[in-house]
Amino acid sequence: MQRKVIADFPLVALALLLSVFGILMVYSAGQTDVPTVVARLYRSQIVWLAVSVVAAYLTTRASVRFFEWAAWPSYLATLVVLASLFVLGSGAGDAASSKSWLTIGGHRIGQPSELAKITVVLMLARVLASTRETPKLLVDLWRPVLVVGVPIMLILAAGDLGSCIVFVGILFAMLFWVGVPTLTLVLLASPIVSLVTASITWLWGAWFFLLIVLVWRYRPYLVEGISVVLANVCMGIIAPIIWERKLKPYQRQRLLVFLDPSSDPRASGYHVIQSQVAIGSGGWLGKGFTMGTQKRLAFLPAQHTDFIFSVVGEELGFIGVTVALTLFMILFVRAIRIATRANDTFSSLVAFGLAASWFVHVGENVGMTLNLMPITGIPLPFFSYGGSFMLACWLAVGILVRISGEGRGRADTLAI
Amino acid sequence: MSFHPNDVARRGQVATMGLAAAFVLLLGAFFRTQVLENSQYVLQSETNRLREVPLPAPRAIIYDRNGRVIAENVPGYSVSVLAPTADSLRAMLRRLGETIPLSADQIELAVRRYRRAPNRPTAILADASFDIVSVLEEHRVEFPGLIIQSAPKRHYPDGAAVASFVGYTGEITEAELASRAYRGYKAGQQVGKGGLEKEYESRLRGREGTRFVEVDARGRVVRDAGARADILPESPAPLYTNIDLDLQRLVVSLFGDTLQGGAIALDPETGDVLALHSAPTFDPNRFIGGIPADYWRALTTDPRRPLYNKVIQARYPPGSTWKLATATYALENGIATLDDMMPVPCTGGFQFGNRYFHCWDPHGHGNITLARAIEVSCDVYFYQLGLKIGIERLVGGGVALGFRERTGIDLPNESAPLFPYSVNYYNKRFGPRGWNTSVVLNLAIGQGENAQTVASMARFYTALATDGEEARPTIVRRQEPVRARVFQLSDTQMDGLRRALTGVLTRGTAAGEQVHGLAIAGKTGSAQNPDDPTKTHAWFVGFAPADHPKIVVAVMLEFGGHGGHAARLASAIIAHYLKVTPQATVMPPTEG
Repeated sequence: MQRKVIADFPLVALALLLSVFGILMVYSAGQTDVPTVVARLYRSQIVWLAVSVVAAYLTTRASVRFFEWAAWPSYLATLVVLASLFVLGSGAGDAASSKSWLTIGGHRIGQPSELAKITVVLMLARVLASTRETPKLLVDLWRPVLVVGVPIMLILAAGDLGSCIVFVGILFAMLFWVGVPTLTLVLLASPIVSLVTASITWLWGAWFFLLIVLVWRYRPYLVEGISVVLANVCMGIIAPIIWERKLKPYQRQRLLVFLDPSSDPRASGYHVIQSQVAIGSGGWLGKGFTMGTQKRLAFLPAQHTDFIFSVVGEELGFIGVTVALTLFMILFVRAIRIATRANDTFSSLVAFGLAASWFVHVGENVGMTLNLMPITGIPLPFFSYGGSFMLACWLAVGILVRISGEGRGRADTLAI
Repeated sequence: MSFHPNDVARRGQVATMGLAAAFVLLLGAFFRTQVLENSQYVLQSETNRLREVPLPAPRAIIYDRNGRVIAENVPGYSVSVLAPTADSLRAMLRRLGETIPLSADQIELAVRRYRRAPNRPTAILADASFDIVSVLEEHRVEFPGLIIQSAPKRHYPDGAAVASFVGYTGEITEAELASRAYRGYKAGQQVGKGGLEKEYESRLRGREGTRFVEVDARGRVVRDAGARADILPESPAPLYTNIDLDLQRLVVSLFGDTLQGGAIALDPETGDVLALHSAPTFDPNRFIGGIPADYWRALTTDPRRPLYNKVIQARYPPGSTWKLATATYALENGIATLDDMMPVPCTGGFQFGNRYFHCWDPHGHGNITLARAIEVSCDVYFYQLGLKIGIERLVGGGVALGFRERTGIDLPNESAPLFPYSVNYYNKRFGPRGWNTSVVLNLAIGQGENAQTVASMARFYTALATDGEEARPTIVRRQEPVRARVFQLSDTQMDGLRRALTGVLTRGTAAGEQVHGLAIAGKTGSAQNPDDPTKTHAWFVGFAPADHPKIVVAVMLEFGGHGGHAARLASAIIAHYLKVTPQATVMPPTEG
């Protein structure tokens, strides 16, 4: 079935607005008093936007059924590429010891984990849509957990903690969307909570007590209940071991600094503090486009990638921040609307999964600039400099437009 | 499968609400940071980017009583460095050392300074020569944190001639920075190190200005000026002194390069210090911007001690100049009159117990009055006068006349004169039976346990020159003179004393040093020199005109021999001040 007009104008307009806003910020990020290589990057970002928009248009020409059919092969291909990072991967910046970049012949091709987010959403949607009953029990969730778990393991092994958080976010969002009961989700998340709270004994103890109460109320199969409790005990105990042996020093440092940024102001905490200073000194109206002193004088780290939102805060002030965040929120509301109006379960799940992926990116990235979130190096959709990420964002836009076009009602004619 | 449209719509609402909550949370966080805590972050971002470069303030100009400049400021250059870390500072200074002479010690000193105030530019050269500055300007691009700026430099037009009272300035030391007195000072600043510069530091010091330069995260100076409006340095009001620069120059020229000792000229009514010189002295201009090591070594190893002030710090036995104290006490307490004679006439010596005390003149002075004894400085007369007064009263009298107190001159490090506080001093020092009344003989002629500064003798003579009130010597102009009564004599007694003192120069020990047409009153003295008994220190303290004194002069020549030598200098000083041309005369017989 082929429709003549497949376009969700508000969605495309929002994505374009955000992209142009983003490129302007990448341009501004290059405007430093001592010019660096960043000064020219906005040009390649423009090229990438053009490429991405074309790719998005091509995506809209494909049917949702094609995406469903392509979920399996693209997912397998993703796993292969992620596995190949062990051989071909290389790091960047202060995460140089990680291997999240696909490198061939010394040329860094891109970060496969960005595109993996889309294929994992497709695969997860396919797996979840194929079940007749909504999974209510933890044991029923083994397939979706496996679908996300394998790429998470591969990416974690490559040293990209930030993307893992995004995958976990996608998993929980899509399980929620398919109707998994909240209590089940909480029990599924319980080992992660144990992991996070493990370092503080009393907190973990309190959580464990709460968990026992929840398990008792949930009345699971005996095996299920025991494994949830065991998983929590394991996480609570192996967490310190992971902390000691598995986390890279920079990862450990970043998490520590998240807890107390002033503990090490010259090193890792420096980034967060300088970002906060940049944003805080922006005030209502900011210091003016390209005029941010923190950025100009190189106090702001990674100002064109991870901390690009700090440039927004410094130069455009609270007003600029509000505009940017509002644009994102409208984008998310629009995506949720597409998910609610989608024709079938698969489409709906894909739309919501892509929205969730963006949301985790925005929440984590923006939250990080104000030290509400740990520094994990997740880029900001449409803003952060980076080709593969821009492409991934616009591919998602293309898929959403297609789903919107196939959905109930003409979304482009409706006000949001 | 609960994918009924109603279920989906409900979940969509939940998701939208969650989204809205996250939106509000984020915006709230930004509102707090950007709007509520804005000022705090603005301050932080300013401290981040702006470095304060101090603009040294010129010190106050010091003038003499006629408005001539004693100390001023001339343009100089200072070199300092802004560095992000101590290591990068050290690395930069090593590279700098390839271009300009910079020792390892200087580098370590700079690093220590940096550690104390990392956000201030670290001073490298306080007074850079024009050559060094031009070399550095050439290599400016290689040293991005380098700050070269003009800094006012202290200059004394008369150099060594004013060093004895004006002192000098120098960079504040680490010990001074740590002390309470220098609270608020910062490393690298110039402070007064001696003389008026130190005494009046708080009035001479200007208020430092600030220039704001913009630096980036690596400490490179990005913008040199205009990042924020400069705060200009403020120069304090000038300091007016009582010094008569003409007279000062004359005093210095009288000492020349050969004589050593000290001289002070006072206005007897007000205590104004008209001139003060300690010879030999140093050139304070060479001290500015760091004392050259060889010059410092030369000054500290010179046996004539150029850095030691011989007017206010060195103490000498006052010798016969102190006989006036003995005489004043006797007159005031009715122990003797100016016309009284002593039982034993002077035959060149005096037998006391088993000891024979010589008079300076072996020929003897015969049977003379007190007035004549002053003129010829007869020791035998004063031995007997001392015995008549008694040791307890003579010591008490000396204390009452102020011979144990500092003059209170407005210069740092003044020494207190040495004089027994009471007879107990002798008991303590020699034991109750370890001494006898013979000490009074020595004390009465200004020898023995008595050592005075030149300034304290001059102060005593201001009382003789007026009506018994001592004036506190002051260099910096003051509204009200500080005067204190030390003795009370009748007008006849005062006239008699002055006549006797005038006689010293007309027919006494300094005969021939008088100035034609001018009545100078004064007293010679020669003080035993513990180092070399054959070379006594020569004293002269006097005033003029005798009937209405306008100037008191005290001169002390180390190893000067006869007091007459000192009298000749004093006469010249007085004559110059009172605009009378001195007459050359033949050398008279003087006391030994």
